[in-house]
Amino acid sequence: MAAGVATWLPFARAAAVGWLPLAKKTMPKPPVDKSSKSDEILYVNVSGVRFQTWKNTLDRYPETLLGSSEKEFFYNEETQEFFFDRDPEMFRHILNFYRTGKLHYPRNECIQAFDEELAFYGIVPEIIGDCCMEEYRDRKKENQERLAEDTEANEAMDAPLPPHSTSRERLWRAFENPHTSTMALVFYYVTGFFIAVSVIANVVETVPCRPPKGSVKDLPCGEKYQLAFFCMDTACVLIFTFEYLMRLFAAPSRCKFMRSVMSVIDVVAIMPYYIGLVMPENEDVSGAFVTLRVFRVFRIFKFSRHSQGLRILGYTLKSCASELGFLLFSLTMAIIIFATVMFYAEKGTKGSTFTSIPASFWYTIVTMTTLGYGDMVPNTIAGKIFGSICSLSGVLVIALPVPVIVSNFSRIYHQNQRADKMRAQQKVRMARIRMAKKGTVNAFLQYKEDRDRHSDNTTLCVKNRSAFEHQHNHLLHCLEKTTNHEFTNEINYSELCMTESVGYRTSRSTSLSSQQGAQNNSTGCCPRRARRRAAMRLANSTVSVSRGSIQELDTLHIKSTSIPPQTRSSLNAQMCDLKLNCGEPDFSAAIISIPTPPANSPDESLPPSPAPVPGILRNTRATAYTHDNVKISSL
Amino acid sequence: MGIQGMELFAIGVVIILFMAVLKQFGILEPMSSFEDNSDSDLELSTVRHQPEGLDQLQAQTKFTRKELQSLYRGFKNECPSGLVDEETFKTIYSQFFPQGDATTYAHFLFNAFDIDRNGSIRFEDFVIGLSVLLRGSVTEKLNWAFNLYDINKDGYITKEEMLAIMKSIYDMMGRYTYPCVRDEAPSEHVEKFFQKMDKNRDGVVTIEEFIETCQKDENIMNSMQLFENVI
Repeated sequence: MAAGVATWLPFARAAAVGWLPLAKKTMPKPPVDKSSKSDEILYVNVSGVRFQTWKNTLDRYPETLLGSSEKEFFYNEETQEFFFDRDPEMFRHILNFYRTGKLHYPRNECIQAFDEELAFYGIVPEIIGDCCMEEYRDRKKENQERLAEDTEANEAMDAPLPPHSTSRERLWRAFENPHTSTMALVFYYVTGFFIAVSVIANVVETVPCRPPKGSVKDLPCGEKYQLAFFCMDTACVLIFTFEYLMRLFAAPSRCKFMRSVMSVIDVVAIMPYYIGLVMPENEDVSGAFVTLRVFRVFRIFKFSRHSQGLRILGYTLKSCASELGFLLFSLTMAIIIFATVMFYAEKGTKGSTFTSIPASFWYTIVTMTTLGYGDMVPNTIAGKIFGSICSLSGVLVIALPVPVIVSNFSRIYHQNQRADKMRAQQKVRMARIRMAKKGTVNAFLQYKEDRDRHSDNTTLCVKNRSAFEHQHNHLLHCLEKTTNHEFTNEINYSELCMTESVGYRTSRSTSLSSQQGAQNNSTGCCPRRARRRAAMRLANSTVSVSRGSIQELDTLHIKSTSIPPQTRSSLNAQMCDLKLNCGEPDFSAAIISIPTPPANSPDESLPPSPAPVPGILRNTRATAYTHDNVKISSL
Repeated sequence: MGIQGMELFAIGVVIILFMAVLKQFGILEPMSSFEDNSDSDLELSTVRHQPEGLDQLQAQTKFTRKELQSLYRGFKNECPSGLVDEETFKTIYSQFFPQGDATTYAHFLFNAFDIDRNGSIRFEDFVIGLSVLLRGSVTEKLNWAFNLYDINKDGYITKEEMLAIMKSIYDMMGRYTYPCVRDEAPSEHVEKFFQKMDKNRDGVVTIEEFIETCQKDENIMNSMQLFENVI
C-alpha cells in the first residue's frame, strides 16, 4: 500500500463507527497501540549534514532501514541523533522518498552508487517513480552491458590455459584466438591467403582471354586454362576441408559447432566442389552444376573470421532486424499500391510496357529507389502524375528506417572499440595490482625478519607501521603457526624448488597471462609447496588469482599496506637503516604513482650496500624481477 | 471508367495534396477551427483551500493542538490543494478493502463527511467528522451514523435507503467469503434491522427511534467505545 494510505488508516478506522448499529456480531477488541507517543522530530546526521524529519514520516515505510527499528543501531546517545556515514547528497533523495512517496533518480549520479545507497537503506529500486524510471532502467542496462562485456572479454581473450589441457583444447584455443601461439597465427594467415586466392580465381576465370590458335571467339580464361584453375581450386578446397575437419575435431561441443553460422558457411563453400566431383558429366545436371558454382562465392564470407568489422556489420544487421522488416513491409505495400495504380492508368495506351500488374512492380521499384532505368515510362498524364508521387514517396519510405540502422551500427561499433580499450587498460591495471600484492608479501616477510632479528621488540621501524599492518601481520603469522608452514616469496620458492618454474618466468613471453599461467603451472616438483603458495596467495589477497576480479582492487583499497620499496623510494626520500619501506603507508598514492613507469626507479631503489641479510637480497631481486614483469606488460 | 476516369482521379489527388500543403502554410484555415479546445488544457489549478485557524478548529473539535497539527500535516501531504474530491476519496478508501468494491460505500461516506454538500471535503469537515467519531458522546456518534444511513438527509431512513447501504457494505466483502454471500443476505439483514428499529411500523426509521433502540442494545453501546484510541 502506498505511504499516503497509511495516513488515512486512522480515518478509515474511525469511519467504521458507521457499521456498529448494523453489526450482527460483536466487534473485536482493537489492538493496543504501544507507542502512543505523540509525533516527534528526529535528527538524522549524514556525514555532518543534519536532516530533521517527523518520526511519522519515516514510519511510513516500515520495511526500510529508516522506518524500522534497524535505525536504532545508528543512534548516537551523546548527540541524540542518528548518524550515518554515507553520502549526504544521496540521502536527500532517500529522504524525499519518505516525504513524497516517490523515489526519484538523480540524473547526474552514477547508477551503481545510487543502487548501493538504495540497498543500504533497504529500498527496492522498483518504487522509482514513473518520471525517472525510464532513465534509471536505461542507465542500468547500459552499465550491465558494459560490465558483462568486460568479464566476457577477460574470460574469452587471454585466459590462461588450464595446466592440464588436452591437445584438443589447445587446438580449439589456437583456432579461436590466433594470436596466442605462432603456429595458430601462421595457420590464420595461410587460410586467409587461400580464401583470397580462391575468390580471385573464381572471378578471373570468367574474364575473356585471348582465344587459342585456330579459333576466333574469345574464351573465358577458365576454359582456356582449365587444368590450372582446377588445380588451384582443388588446393583451396583441400585446405578448407582440412581446416573444417580440424575445427570439428577440436570443438568442445560438436553439435553446437556444426550449427554455428561460420561452420555452415564453411560447408557451403566446399560442398560444390565435392558435388561436382561425384556428379557425372551429364547434360541434364550440368545446369544444376553451374548453379552450384555460384555458391563458391560464399567463400568470401569466410573472411568474417578474419575481420572484426564484418562481424560487427553482421551483428548490426541482425539487431536491426525489426527495422529492416518494417522497411521491407512498407516498401511492399507501397509497391503493390503504386503498381496497381500505374497499370490501370497506362492500360489504354497503345504499345504500353505496363502489360500487367506484376510487370508494373519492376517500374515501381525502379522509381521508388530513384534508379529510373527508363525501360518502362508512363505516357498518359495520369500515369505521369502517379509516377512522380511514387518516386517522392519512395524516397521518404526508404529514408525513414535508415537512421535507426545507422545509430545501431554506431552504438555497436563504439561498444567494440570501448571493449578493446578496456582490455588494454585492464592489462595495466592487473600489472599494478600484482605489484601491489607483491608489496604486501614483501612487507610481511620484512616484518618476519624484523621479528627474528630484533626479538626484543624494539625496532626503529615498528612505530611507523600502522595498527592495521601489525594486526594483519599477526594474522598471517597465526596462519603460519597453524599450518606449521612459512610464507616465502616467489624467488625463494623457485630457488628451493629448483624447478623449471624459474625458466618459465624469465623466459620471454608476449603476455603476462602466460607468466601467470606459468606460475600456476609450476606444480611439477613440489606439490606441497604449491599448495603453500596457493595458501599464501589466498591469505594475501582474499580473492582468487583470477584476473579481472573487481574484488581484488577493493581488497587492496582496504589494505593500507606498504608498497614495494622501489616505488616508495621514488616518492619519499627517507628510508630506514634497513632499507625498508617505512614511510607512511599511503596506498592511494601508490596506485597513482605506479603507472609512471617504475622502470625508472629500480636503479635508485636498489640499495647500494649489499645487505648481509639474505632477506634483503631476496627482496631486491624480487623487485628487479617485478620490474621485468611490468616492463613486459606495459609494452 | 477508362482513361478519363483515371485522369479525373489523378487530378483529384493532386488537388488534395495541394490543399494539404496550403494547410501547412496556414493559408487555408482548417475547417475544424471551432473545435479549438486548447484552452481547456489549462487546468484551473488555482482551486485551493486554506483551513480556518488552529484556534477555531480547536474550539470546534475535541482534539488537542498537537493532534490537530499532526492531522493537518498528514492531510496536507496527501492533498496539497487542501480539498479532497469524491474520486480521490473513493480511491483512498478502496485501498483498504482490496477484495471487494468499496466505491458505493465510499460515496455514502463522502456525503456524510461533506457537510456543506459542495462536492469536496475540506480539512474542517474532515476534522469535525473525526472529532465526532473519536471523541464525541454516544449520542453524537449515533447521530452521525443516522446521518450516514439517511442518504437524502430528510430525517427518515427508508427501507430502500437501508437496502442501498447494506448492499454497499456487503459489496466491500467481495466474492471470496465464507460462507458465500447470498443475494438475499442484504435484504434479510435490512428486514432484521427494521424489525428492531421501526417501533411504530410505519416503514421508516426516525432519529428518535434509532437512538432509542440503540441505547437499549448492550452490544452497540459497548462497541461505541472501541475506536476511541485510533488517534
